[in-house]
Amino acid sequence: MLNRGRNIEKGRIITRRMFMLAAAKILLFAGISSRLYNLQISDREKYEILSDKNRIREWKTPPQRGIIVDNFNKVLASNDRVFQLHLILDEINDFDLTIFKIKNLIGLDQFQIKKLYKKKERLKPWDTLVVSDNLTWEQFSKINLYLHELEGAKPVLSTSRFYPYSNDLVHIVGYVGDASPKDLEKPEIKENFVPGLKVGKYGIENSQEKMLIGNYGIKRYEVNASGKRISQIDYIKERQGNKVNLTIDIEIQKYAQELLKGKAGSICAMDIYTGEVVAMASSPTYDPNKFTHGINQKDWQEIRNNPLKPLINKSIAGLYSPGSTFKPLVALAALEYGILDPNKTIRCKGHKHPYELYGVKYHCWKKEGHGYMKLRNAIKQSCDIYFYEMARLLGVDKLSIIAKRYGLGTNVLGDLYNDEKNGLVPDTKWKRRALEQSWYLGETVINGIGQGYIQTTPLQLCLMTAQIANGGYKIKPHIIKDDSINYKDIINKIKLDQSNFPLHERNYLDDINVEYYQRMYHKKSNINFVLDAMFGSTNEQYGTSYKSRYDNPKYQFAGKTGTSQVRRITDLDRELDLDTEQIEYKKRDHALYVAFAPYKDPRYAISVIIEHGGSGSKAAAPLASKLIKRIIDRHKLREQFNNGNTSLA
Amino acid sequence: MLRERIQASNYSFLDKLRSIDYLLILLIIAIGLISVFAIYSTEGGKFSFYTKNHIIRLSVFFSLFLILSFVRVSTWYKNAYLFYFVGLLLLITVLFFGISASGATRWINLYFLNLQPSELMKIAVIICFARYYHRIQSSDIQSIKFLIQPIILLIIPCYLVIQQPDLGTSILIAGSGIAIIWLAGLNIKYFVYSGLLLLVSLPFVISILKPYQKSRILTFFNPDRDPLGAGYQIIQSKIAIGSGGFFGKGYLKGTQSYLEFLPEKHTDFIFTLFSEEFGFLGSIILLFLYILLIYRIINVGLVSRSFFAKLYCFGFATAIFLCVFVNIAMVLGMLPIVGAPLPIMSYGGSSLLSIMLGLSIVMSCKIYNQEQISVY
Repeated sequence: MLNRGRNIEKGRIITRRMFMLAAAKILLFAGISSRLYNLQISDREKYEILSDKNRIREWKTPPQRGIIVDNFNKVLASNDRVFQLHLILDEINDFDLTIFKIKNLIGLDQFQIKKLYKKKERLKPWDTLVVSDNLTWEQFSKINLYLHELEGAKPVLSTSRFYPYSNDLVHIVGYVGDASPKDLEKPEIKENFVPGLKVGKYGIENSQEKMLIGNYGIKRYEVNASGKRISQIDYIKERQGNKVNLTIDIEIQKYAQELLKGKAGSICAMDIYTGEVVAMASSPTYDPNKFTHGINQKDWQEIRNNPLKPLINKSIAGLYSPGSTFKPLVALAALEYGILDPNKTIRCKGHKHPYELYGVKYHCWKKEGHGYMKLRNAIKQSCDIYFYEMARLLGVDKLSIIAKRYGLGTNVLGDLYNDEKNGLVPDTKWKRRALEQSWYLGETVINGIGQGYIQTTPLQLCLMTAQIANGGYKIKPHIIKDDSINYKDIINKIKLDQSNFPLHERNYLDDINVEYYQRMYHKKSNINFVLDAMFGSTNEQYGTSYKSRYDNPKYQFAGKTGTSQVRRITDLDRELDLDTEQIEYKKRDHALYVAFAPYKDPRYAISVIIEHGGSGSKAAAPLASKLIKRIIDRHKLREQFNNGNTSLA
Repeated sequence: MLRERIQASNYSFLDKLRSIDYLLILLIIAIGLISVFAIYSTEGGKFSFYTKNHIIRLSVFFSLFLILSFVRVSTWYKNAYLFYFVGLLLLITVLFFGISASGATRWINLYFLNLQPSELMKIAVIICFARYYHRIQSSDIQSIKFLIQPIILLIIPCYLVIQQPDLGTSILIAGSGIAIIWLAGLNIKYFVYSGLLLLVSLPFVISILKPYQKSRILTFFNPDRDPLGAGYQIIQSKIAIGSGGFFGKGYLKGTQSYLEFLPEKHTDFIFTLFSEEFGFLGSIILLFLYILLIYRIINVGLVSRSFFAKLYCFGFATAIFLCVFVNIAMVLGMLPIVGAPLPIMSYGGSSLLSIMLGLSIVMSCKIYNQEQISVY
């Protein structure tokens, strides 16, 4: 009973307190109502005058985009002065008339006018419509002359993106264009957007938007009843976007593009210690400047319909079978796992007596056969028979472990490019999961010469070569300069580690405070063996790229050719034995070449791929040879510049 | 226990439907419709992003409200502390994984919605306190031992929200918590003393505020101090509302609100735009709708049998009142600009979600109003 009494008491307290609270609420609402009455009825006139006669309006002013420079601070993407015509929509009483006048002044065609109306539909009534973002001087002065007759028209002196090296860099730097609704969802664009502002569409321009975009400024004006400005009250200045510094050397990039002219393919060059991408050329290419003000239909169709596919960034989005350029890695895998003694001899007997496995025949590329081969010679002369046997002994799973470790099968540049491909390094697990089939030994055999399921990008091949050439140390390729890391110091420590490693006196790598520099090999001698065999392939007689060699030790390089089939070779093909020129373009082999230079104390790795170029030794190796010379000639300059002597460039 | 269970199972579906507060639902729909038209107007009379999103959210959360209304009030009671701790956990998540916008980190990215846990915390505190005071004897309420716990439960979320930083929401959370302590019957002298203490320590509190918060408060006392900076919004908002007059400038005909002076015209300043276009008359009608809404919620509390339901409804009514009052007083220049949305009207998923969630608990109190909740 006592309990119930207490409960009744508690209920009464709650209700009483609620009513006290309700009284307070009514009082406060009354306060709001009286304030509303005050503002909207008593002082209405005062605020109406303020509203009509003394309006403050603000305009956002677009920021300048940050510039993009190469390793030597040469400007790759700048801002040029352009003349624009804007319309301030709520200053216009008769939109049709204004457009008609403008049409007569600067000569717009029917299509452009339709587009303007469409654009206006999307804008808010108080927004600014950009009629043209790239007027000629003549058009601009005409507009200025008749400005008093044009309602709401605002001639604007603005800047727009300009790429001085137009075609040479589009696959790296990318281009800008009008922001799409999807672009506007990105926070960095949404927060800084001003009508008419161009945003990155591809490449560095796109992925480094946050750095490049800058912050808009605000201009506040006092305006009269009809919206005309009376005076400027306030101006918060816009801030230009930050500079983006690339590791590319534009001179080498230009030269690489020149070498690829008229062909479809890619050239990548990389510093084997720092991971800096020096050049990443893709051909054919196109002019990014055309996209800045909206590309016209004809140019666009031309780029899109080009059978050599300029829009594909072949260095990172082109997938190729590595062919024989994969062989050094296969050999390394076999040695590392101790599968095979490099002195083991296998006989290559030519097309009449091919390698046989379960009744299937596997041919060497050389019709008359290589004869008796040891491992070094098999790499040097690229004997397929030796590698069939070696791959069979090794097995695909072990091979895939090594291939993945050296950089194949995963994207190289992270999220810098949204179209970069991962490639594919097959193993038995992958096949069971992806194709729901078990692995056949025959697939291992052709995997041993870089054919079959395996798919790599040119940049991956370059990374693979770099990581073998630097003695088997993991590096992180990058294209945007990282000043926070002291590479000079790292290179010294790696070199100390290289020369000191067998003794295990001291682990110099422990002193490097960058996580990815690790040894990837078991035995140093295995790496050295492969490097030596690659040296033979280029610099000794019977080597596959012997013709492209340099004897001068300054330029002397080591490499490996590759010829990757794009279709199955039939017995008929073998009998015909046609030259590259006699085969239909689409059916020709891809020519590949990977190399590192200089052979003594290497510093750069390079990969070349010519689509449907025929054999690697004829089509790809000569290009690599030329580019290597240029890179080495510029090495000293690069080194000095990167060590702080900026006066040289 | 047993009787309660029998009683609950005795509610037939028809009974439940009969006991729904239809006037409350009508009020929610009315304010919801007004909000759609107002947000449509902020976009300059174009059916685009904000309007679309607002309509989608309104319909989804309103359906959620209807469904959750049929959850038994005792279920809410049982899970009250869980609700609170989930809210707290989300606030801590914001601290580490929150996403930032314009200098504040308040949201968690849930892909379909950027959730602002501090909004949910407003409801969580009320339901948690309602449960706490439900079981406390009236004779124990005055003892320090039983006062310390709710104070700690209140200080933690308020501190976390201030850190985001979000002074407005923090004050609203504190307000709803204190309201329930008041309703439970804590002696008035405590409120008087702590009020005096706050007044004395005010200079000290102001000195630890962030510079922008300080400038907002100083600007509130004298808007002309910085007419283009912090005072800009208040002045422009007052001009917009004042120039609306008695009947307003007409729908889609507001001039002030269209100008770019209010970056948050579809959220915190939605009342400014509404008031400019619909004038004194419209504003008073909207205010009346809110009063009616609050009255209906209080009414549910009055007819409920359990203390939990009573405390919750009265507390939630006070929370809605505080939101409406702080928001409107803010845009009228009566309070500093602290960032508080107008319930249902403002664009913003989290605020709408928490209001609808709160209303569904009110509705469940109504449907199961004869349910007794035993103390355990």
